[in-house]
Amino acid sequence: MPRPLARRTLLTAAAASGAALALAACSAPGGTAAADREPDAATPRRGGRLRALFAGGGADETLDPHRVNLFADAARAKALHDKLADWGPDLAAVPRLASGWEPGPGLDVWTVRLREAAFHDGRPVTAADVLYSYRRIADPGRAFRARASLEPIDLAASRATDPRTVEFRLNRPCAEFPNVLAAFGAYIVPEGTEDFRAPVGSGPFSFVSFEPGRSLLLRRFDGYWDGAPHIDELEILAAAEESARANALLAGQAEYAHELAPATARAHASGGRIGIVRLRNSAMQGFVMKTDRPPFDDPRVRQAFFHLVDRQELVDGALSGAGEIGNDLFGKGSQYYPAGLPQRTRDLDRARALLREAGAEGLRVTLDTSPVAAGLVEAAGILKDQAARAGVTIDVRVGNKDTYWKDILDGGVLASFRSGAMPIESHISQRLLSGSTTNATHWRRPDFDDLYTQAQSTADPAARTALYERMQRRLFDEGGLLVWGFADWIVGHAPRLHGVAADAPANTLDWARFDKVRLA
Amino acid sequence: MTATSRGWVRRRLLLGAGQIAAVPVLVFVLTEALPGDAAVVAAGDDPDPARIAALRASLRLDRPAVERFADWAGELAHGDLGRSLVGGRPVADHLAEALGPTLLLAALTLTLLVPAAVGLGLLAARREGGPLDRAVSTVTLAVYAVPEFALGVLLTGVFALWLGWLPPTAVGGIGRQPAVLVLPVVVLLARPVCSTARLVRAGLLDAMAAPYAVHALRCGVPPHRVRLGHALPNALAPVVQHLARTTEWLLCGVIVAEALFVVPGLGTVLLDAVAARDVPVVQGLAVLFGTVTVLLNLAADLAARRLAPRTEVAV
Repeated sequence: MPRPLARRTLLTAAAASGAALALAACSAPGGTAAADREPDAATPRRGGRLRALFAGGGADETLDPHRVNLFADAARAKALHDKLADWGPDLAAVPRLASGWEPGPGLDVWTVRLREAAFHDGRPVTAADVLYSYRRIADPGRAFRARASLEPIDLAASRATDPRTVEFRLNRPCAEFPNVLAAFGAYIVPEGTEDFRAPVGSGPFSFVSFEPGRSLLLRRFDGYWDGAPHIDELEILAAAEESARANALLAGQAEYAHELAPATARAHASGGRIGIVRLRNSAMQGFVMKTDRPPFDDPRVRQAFFHLVDRQELVDGALSGAGEIGNDLFGKGSQYYPAGLPQRTRDLDRARALLREAGAEGLRVTLDTSPVAAGLVEAAGILKDQAARAGVTIDVRVGNKDTYWKDILDGGVLASFRSGAMPIESHISQRLLSGSTTNATHWRRPDFDDLYTQAQSTADPAARTALYERMQRRLFDEGGLLVWGFADWIVGHAPRLHGVAADAPANTLDWARFDKVRLA
Repeated sequence: MTATSRGWVRRRLLLGAGQIAAVPVLVFVLTEALPGDAAVVAAGDDPDPARIAALRASLRLDRPAVERFADWAGELAHGDLGRSLVGGRPVADHLAEALGPTLLLAALTLTLLVPAAVGLGLLAARREGGPLDRAVSTVTLAVYAVPEFALGVLLTGVFALWLGWLPPTAVGGIGRQPAVLVLPVVVLLARPVCSTARLVRAGLLDAMAAPYAVHALRCGVPPHRVRLGHALPNALAPVVQHLARTTEWLLCGVIVAEALFVVPGLGTVLLDAVAARDVPVVQGLAVLFGTVTVLLNLAADLAARRLAPRTEVAV
């Protein structure tokens, strides 16, 4: 999932003081900027230009939708292009360019039917475009992010059975195959496209102009299959600093600002100058323990850590309260999440007893962290204090933020971790199987792999749900991932912008979706 | 220009060229020494080893460092700065795009800086220790002590968000609304005006106390003529050197002001390129910054010699 840029931490102090000032400004009498604004109650209408602010990727940005990495890339790609499916609020796949899908009896052949849709230049979207796009993504020479997600598909054997039907042959049974169709970056482009300087897609907006690192201007596509957008024009603007995004929104230079700080949200929640939308469950926050090396190769030490954390204190301290507590499992609110498991709370006696049993009293470990995302370093500091209460000494080591994720994949024993939203099945297949490529907990259990394989060849949803529950119970009891919370993603918008979806974790269908919003 | 002067300029230019050539070598070595390369950074939070290897191959980072540097130097010899590792765009395009906003900000700042600083300095030096001098000194010291980002946040809060007189950021580009330049220019101006005005004041007071000025006054030359015609040029020699430093700072990336006001200038490009380990872009910037620094210092030395030629004797 995209990594939100936490660059220029130097300026976080500036952001906080900016919010404080803005707060003062709100309470000041006669704030002209607020008085000049149109009344909130104005009725939404068709038309207008929506300016949306994201943290950009600098002058190297491209419009190649298969190269998406940052949130800004994803917002641009989804305005111009469609995927076959996308994720609903519970991270279950919902059909988009695909009108439906049917598995064969073995769950290793899937027939996907395309809906009647057209690209911006009028050409119809066909099975050939789908196969071209997927083959481009899977090209080993290109190292696209979505390539790993498409790995279950045998693209050489997959074929178009008619212009609007694709038969996907898979390397193995895959009950959750629709997740693959919704994978991050798996956009459908017209067959043969290599040049994305003026991209043609089938998305709700068509291309007008692009200045990398600054602005992308798009126009409503009247022929969009899901109904033409209400707004005439969409401009996606880049501003790396949170304070700059908040200021631009407050001063009316934009109508939508992605990724605001909790302090900004609190300052303006009731001011009426801007609307605040909290996208729940957008980023999992946790710590990874390496299960293959001391001290965490002993499950009792892992369990002791599960019991020594005060999750609410972490949410309040590291996320400024903008989030909710976790229960050591990924994907709160998602399909297959075992919400029935008891919520873990801090139990220091239990933690001490477990450490004693494991012969790990007076334990001393190094915790790797890095300012690679908001709150990571703060959470590490809080864990250090919490662990001290259970007699565990933690040495916090702050690493290089540009290379952090690679450094902690195989190095160290304990590290700060975060992840954007994805289906639980994807989380397991990418991070928790013996052959997973980004298995930061080094959780390699053949019997666990077998459960996953079994779930993937189980067609009955109830039986599959039971298997997912078994896997997650196992992780809950003795996994290597300590999940203490789920951060809200905070979006700010002008009062005259209506229809910003709240039930839309980052990267899901309704997140950063501008074809359904209206300007008053 | 005298013959000795021409020789001096030639020597300075040769030295400058050597410096410009040394900078990219140094920068290359230093960026190689940074942990991780462009492939690791590009992989981000999806550090699949196979993906990193593929990225490394596609970025041609799997070749020896010496070979990559030789390629780059060879292209530079033909006037080509190479291509960005990350986006594949020519580095020259990157620099050209970012140079516009940077030059504009620098030019505006300098245009206001020189008269403002000299004027304030003259005002303060009229009577040492007088109320005006003390007021100017207090204000310049106080403003100088405020860090840029704090001043930026303060001014944005008051003039953009509260009063609504000025746009707070330049999102989307400067061309749309020239008023977006006001706040960044004021922030950039604030500290250099103070430091330069204090230099002008100190230089003037020294010069006015010098025997030649005292003598001129005794001979009945009007004080304002002594001050403007004789003392000021001498006082300006160190000021010119200081202005060269300021110009250098303005041209080589004013990172804080650019980030705060979303000005897509050279500072932003530098920050992005270093974070992405985009070595060709960092090197292109190094060549540009090196050239600017050498030329500016040369110009400053020439101007200082012209204002107070006796330094030639002292060298």
